Amino acid sequence: MREITSDAITAAVRDMCIEANLVLPGDVAERIRQTSQSEPWPGAKDTLEKLVENMEIAKRDSMPLCQDTGMAVVLVQLGQDVHITGAYLNDAINEGVRQGYNQGFLRKSVVADPLRRKNTGDNTPALIHVEIVPGDKIHLTVAPKGFGSENMSRLAMLAPSAGEKGVKDFVVETARIAGPNPCPPIVVGVGIGGSFDRVALQAKKALQRPINQPNPDPYYADMEKELLERINALGIGPQGFGGMTTALGVNIETFPTHIAGLPVAVNINCHVTRHVSRDL
Amino acid sequence: MDNIALTTPISKADAKKLRAGDTVLLSGTIYTARDAAHARLVELLDKGEKLPIDVEGAVIYYVGPTPAKPGQVIGSAGPTTSYRMDAYAPRLLDLGLRGMLGKGKRSQDVIDSMKKNGAVYFGAIGGAAALIAKSITAAEVVCYEDLGSEAIRRLTVKDFPATVIIDSEGNNLYEIGVQNYLASRG
Repeated sequence: MREITSDAITAAVRDMCIEANLVLPGDVAERIRQTSQSEPWPGAKDTLEKLVENMEIAKRDSMPLCQDTGMAVVLVQLGQDVHITGAYLNDAINEGVRQGYNQGFLRKSVVADPLRRKNTGDNTPALIHVEIVPGDKIHLTVAPKGFGSENMSRLAMLAPSAGEKGVKDFVVETARIAGPNPCPPIVVGVGIGGSFDRVALQAKKALQRPINQPNPDPYYADMEKELLERINALGIGPQGFGGMTTALGVNIETFPTHIAGLPVAVNINCHVTRHVSRDL
Repeated sequence: MDNIALTTPISKADAKKLRAGDTVLLSGTIYTARDAAHARLVELLDKGEKLPIDVEGAVIYYVGPTPAKPGQVIGSAGPTTSYRMDAYAPRLLDLGLRGMLGKGKRSQDVIDSMKKNGAVYFGAIGGAAALIAKSITAAEVVCYEDLGSEAIRRLTVKDFPATVIIDSEGNNLYEIGVQNYLASRG
């Protein structure tokens, strides 16, 4: 049994909230740079170049990349041989979010109740997903999620007869309906299988995988490639002004499902696809 | 493409000259308002009360900036998605609001109201919030401070880069731009 203090978790979450909002993951930054070179449509190329400039200013001046610094999604892989001392895990994480969003001058974008809508003032609570895994480490991922893109996400409980075609058409249709709203170029997280709740989590997890790292199953790796091509053939382009670069990447995560079901969830992220991971 | 220099307040005549796809550099005073502030403005109108800002010829920017650090004018300040203001926008357009600055699609009701009132919908680059903040030279809260980031602010902007998405005749860059690109691909 290895002991990890709740203070260490709080400090890590605090630092990760700030870092994620200032610096894009290398794979996303690199893809934006590549597309700013390869985009053939002049107006679209200009927009992509401005996104590169924005990344550089954010890093240089320690300014958030986007004013929507998101709701903090925190994925915890908790080794079963870890004993957390001090505060309750969720409290430690929320304290980290509170400190990170205050000390990092990040926007507080969370309301305490979905209908009465009073801002909590410190961006808590985080959206915490805990998974117990083997080992004596904690693997933490902090992914601040903006809602311009979250709002464009969709979920369908397809019939198994819809098959591969039904799933693929639903993903492409989701990107088409979203159009300019989620700040394209987008990153598309797709969950397939599981249940109503699980498929959405798989889609969220898909967004945490680097976009230059295909699904290990060649069948799904091919599907990711095909979906990226089909979405980019829509012509929506950066910001929806037309162009080739509508999406930067498509990641698929699957889960076994019921004989009667074919759930599919599409979680859309903007070009500011933020996530930072750390082992404790 | 040459940028069009535009200074607020925008006259009806100047608004009429703008075409979907034009790129502009906006200077002068603009106001910020997003979901919660719009709800309050329209509540005032429902009660027959006066608005805290003069919307005639004005531009409203749909933004909730990050907090300014010491020494900064404003934090990061890119546009939020505009359709959430669609339910409120025609009320303000009827009062002479000339420009809306945001990102994403608008409803047919808003577009009809823009045509009727001679208004323009501008887009700023979503997610380029650190870059955009550089064109904001002053910021002060006008009202609704309790809303934090959602308070109404008066911003002074200098050469704020924006694109005309929907012009006062209803031409829409989101349709034209995609059509033109796809046509170029054959």
